Amino acid sequence: MNQRVELPTANQPSSTRLALSVALAGLISGIAIIGIYEATLPTITANKARQLREAVFKVLPGVSRMQQLGFVDGSLKPVDVPIEDLTLYGGYDNGGRFIGYAIPSDGPGFQDTIALLYGWLPREGRIVGMEILDSRETPGLGDKIYKDAVFVANFSALIPDPDIVTVKKGTRSAPNEVDAITGATISSKAVVRIINEGQARWRGKLPAPGQEPSLPDPAESPEAGPGSG
Amino acid sequence: MDMDKNLDTYQEFVKGIWRDNPVFVQVLGMCPMLAVTNSAVNALVMGGATLFVLMGSSFLVAALKQWIPKQVRISLYIIIIATFVTVADYSLLAMLPGVHKELGAFIPLIVANCMILGRQEAFASRHGIRFAVMDAAGMSLGFVLALFSLGSIREILGNGSLFNIPLFGETFEPWVIMILPPGGFITLGLILLFFNWVAARKKAFLEQVAQAERESL
Repeated sequence: MNQRVELPTANQPSSTRLALSVALAGLISGIAIIGIYEATLPTITANKARQLREAVFKVLPGVSRMQQLGFVDGSLKPVDVPIEDLTLYGGYDNGGRFIGYAIPSDGPGFQDTIALLYGWLPREGRIVGMEILDSRETPGLGDKIYKDAVFVANFSALIPDPDIVTVKKGTRSAPNEVDAITGATISSKAVVRIINEGQARWRGKLPAPGQEPSLPDPAESPEAGPGSG
Repeated sequence: MDMDKNLDTYQEFVKGIWRDNPVFVQVLGMCPMLAVTNSAVNALVMGGATLFVLMGSSFLVAALKQWIPKQVRISLYIIIIATFVTVADYSLLAMLPGVHKELGAFIPLIVANCMILGRQEAFASRHGIRFAVMDAAGMSLGFVLALFSLGSIREILGNGSLFNIPLFGETFEPWVIMILPPGGFITLGLILLFFNWVAARKKAFLEQVAQAERESL
């Protein structure tokens, strides 16, 4: 080390140089982030669409085709972009015949918002399935709203007239009653309340049975009779 | 590098796994350690993401250290770490959406894992690329090992399964508290107790040996 000792200020880089190095790092980082975003976006979008399709098919047994519907200008129409709060999915069988609606709804759970999808058959006035899309309920307790097959099975045959209610586990006796999960009453009640809210939101907005929007595919008319399947 | 002369690649690698284990010995990275170790899969994915971020950041910091002005070094380390974290976040969202959903906010929070910034400041910025990468690999594996041991203990006791495969019969009543936050603290406390006990035993043993040698002389 035969260098002369320099004054501390002499080897201080200028503020401009410091600002430039941070700016350059930010620029390179930004480019890298845009790169990874662009590279993964198609997969992420496809995953989300696939998860939604799978959920729709799960809550509406017998459905193999679907389309997004929104309540616009006083009636239910196929839409490409979801309408805030008033979007649902029409489920159709292979022949394009309308079967039921998959209705998304969400609300507060025990820890955070619970988002779910439930299957509604308007002609029969029956709920035939429920799938939790998003929740942060307590592992081991509240997460039984989607892990406990017995609880989920409650929603495969419900007649929400009057509004559905939770009852103590094992005491279910009416078609609008749901057995609550022991130790997770709040989460169970939240699921029921979210479905009731979904029903209330769509009351009077769904078309009369037989008037449901048909699939865009004109070859198969939804009301063409039993032969079209 | 002058200061790398006394270093041994193998030693720099293994030190993070046991002797200087980031979790059990340095007690760093506690936030992900307690938050996402309620199952073995979550623990492994979190560990893998941290490994990717730490190795990438240590490599870049060691490679670029002569161009990093020391006045803004922390900001630059954070920019580098945050970039790798974003890459890991989007890649997981695309490849493993289910696990990504469970890990939630804890993937972006890898940025704030002090173990990672600590390795940049204490090691990668002072050593050559080879040693920085070996150090990062060892520390990450030590972190993965710690997360995995906590995650598997908690999943086995709290859910009766490992990697979602049930281990016990239908009659097993899961010890639910183990997958709740208190279970994380209890398990971590017991493991730290074990590590301190091993360290104390080792010290006592070495003292005995030293004393025996003095007496025999």
